Amino acid sequence: MRPPRHSLGRRVRASLFATPWDAAVTLAVGAVLVFTVPGLLRWALIDAVWLGETKAVCREGGACWAFVTARWRQMLAGFYPEQELWRVGAAAALLAAATAPVAAPRPGRWLWLTPLGVTGAFAVLSGAGLSGLPDVAPEAWGGFFLNVLVGASAILLALPFGILLALGRGSRLPVVKGLCVGFIELVRSVPLITLLFMASYVLPLLVPAGTELDRLTRALVVVTLFSAAYMAEAVRGGLQAVGGGQREAARALGLGSVRTVALVVLPQALRVSIPALVNTFIGVFKDTTLLYVIGLFDVMWIARAALSDFAWQGRELEAYAFVGLVFFAACFALSRWSAALERRLDAAPLGLAAAVKEPA
Amino acid sequence: MSDTHPAVAVRGLHKWFGQAHVLRGVDLEVRSGEKVCVLGPSGSGKSTLIRCINGLEPSDGGRVALAGVDLSGPRKQAEAARRTTGMVFQSFNLFPHLTVLENCTLAPIHVSKLKKADAEAESMALLERVRIAEHARKRPAQLSGGQQQRAAIARALAMQPQVMLFDEPTSALDPEMVGEVLDVMRGLARDGMTMIVVTHEMSFARQAADRVVFMDEGLIVEQASPTEFFAAPSHARTRAFLSRILA
Ligand SMILES: Nc1ncnc2c1ncn2[C@@H]1O[C@H](COP(=O)(O)OP(=O)(O)OP(=O)(O)O)[C@@H](O)[C@H]1O
Ligand SMILES: [Mg+2]
Repeated sequence: MRPPRHSLGRRVRASLFATPWDAAVTLAVGAVLVFTVPGLLRWALIDAVWLGETKAVCREGGACWAFVTARWRQMLAGFYPEQELWRVGAAAALLAAATAPVAAPRPGRWLWLTPLGVTGAFAVLSGAGLSGLPDVAPEAWGGFFLNVLVGASAILLALPFGILLALGRGSRLPVVKGLCVGFIELVRSVPLITLLFMASYVLPLLVPAGTELDRLTRALVVVTLFSAAYMAEAVRGGLQAVGGGQREAARALGLGSVRTVALVVLPQALRVSIPALVNTFIGVFKDTTLLYVIGLFDVMWIARAALSDFAWQGRELEAYAFVGLVFFAACFALSRWSAALERRLDAAPLGLAAAVKEPA
Repeated sequence: MSDTHPAVAVRGLHKWFGQAHVLRGVDLEVRSGEKVCVLGPSGSGKSTLIRCINGLEPSDGGRVALAGVDLSGPRKQAEAARRTTGMVFQSFNLFPHLTVLENCTLAPIHVSKLKKADAEAESMALLERVRIAEHARKRPAQLSGGQQQRAAIARALAMQPQVMLFDEPTSALDPEMVGEVLDVMRGLARDGMTMIVVTHEMSFARQAADRVVFMDEGLIVEQASPTEFFAAPSHARTRAFLSRILA
């Protein structure tokens, strides 16, 4: 027997007009949409100007996307040399590969791809250590791609660090616990922007004399540490959700503490933490728009630089609408992906088993 | 070794939880192949006793030896001895993120270093034995309580324990599922497994146990064969407990 299929009319009634109150809300929302959407569409699409060299092409009452298209290369990749742009694409592909452990069905199997993908992306972009590729200094990197690069790298590097911090926070060893709590509380209580400024003075003291940390590396370190503190708290919530009976059962089976955590506790804890973790992912990614304050040419810096150009002055609305739209698209995709991941894990859970060495 | 040493030897065992003196000098010896049922009122220390026997709780005095190996001795040997016990919990404690089969093969693969195929073959045989082989690829949440507890028994057996410890294995079950779990336990008993069973199932204690141990307030008050124990309990506290539970 099949479940009964309801007609469209019946489903619409059930979801929009079930009670008088529902009907009122539906009508009110409908009215607002009828009054706003056509105007918005007219401005954004119909009366919009798409191409042009200066603001002279812009029309009254329509969006001037020409501002964005004229600067598309900078918006996307900053001042990366035009003939080397393929390397940005290659770096993007490497970053995508680096996400395999969180995206693929058997995370344990792909863990090695993360360090490889992230280092690979930086190597391809800088050309350092790769013969045949001309060097491109980080000062030339920028645009939305810089936000993606720093955001994705920081998230991927921070996740294992955050997991360790969360485990350390639950440790019975007072020194380990104290260090982890101290780090988490310290980093969480200081605004990212402050940390970014402080890093210029503090980080050089921490590395051996003579090594120079460029701005980008400093930013990456700071954003990674910052994200790790937040992720640690997200994972801690998950760890608390795993009952003590699980650890006891693992111990009664003879699993040592490392295997108990890797095979029994973490897979369950991470599953529970996904919504909170993805929340921090999205937050970190959006926070990369602060990078312009330390002189990195991220998409916000590019947009502001373009706005200060006489040829485009006054197109703030388009500039910020564009940046907003790009971030919305990326974060919305991230959020849909996490929902899909949750569904998939409920069907076939996290295979961390391969991360712990298995005999052949 | 097991010829000369009892499977389990507990001597003068003490356990405190903070100020609470929960085990107050417990002595218990279980021969290889013997089935012992532990009875006693709530809070008398039954769970604590069997958790000390497999080292889930460290003891605060006295000694626990498994086949002659002292659990407070050198760490490596103690760990190996601990692994000769299998434990079945009241609340099953199956790993919800793994299938029934993966629950069974986890420790054989990662602790005993069995090859995956071998571990799966052995575990499937055990799942046949507890009669849930057809559910091997399901998650615990898809099984009934009785099926989950039988899976938990198979999981413990997969490590080929010398001694099986049961802590009220049927107390969390709906009445109609108690029988199927007790059947599996009776089968184990027939096959000669050494078993220590904390239970409130008097019928099981009567039929399957070689010896019944009665605990109260952290001490073993009385132990006897089931016939003797139920027919002529010698202690007033035992009689009070039995009259309450059989009423
Ligand atoms: N982890 C613990 N921390 C503190 N007190 C505990 C702990 N575990 C047990 N106790 C206490 O020790 C005493 C004995 O507990 P135990 O669980 O061994 O009793 P039990 O005989 O198994 O009882 P029940 O039939 O209710 O399971 C109880 O008073 C209990 O409150
Ligand atoms: Mg108990």
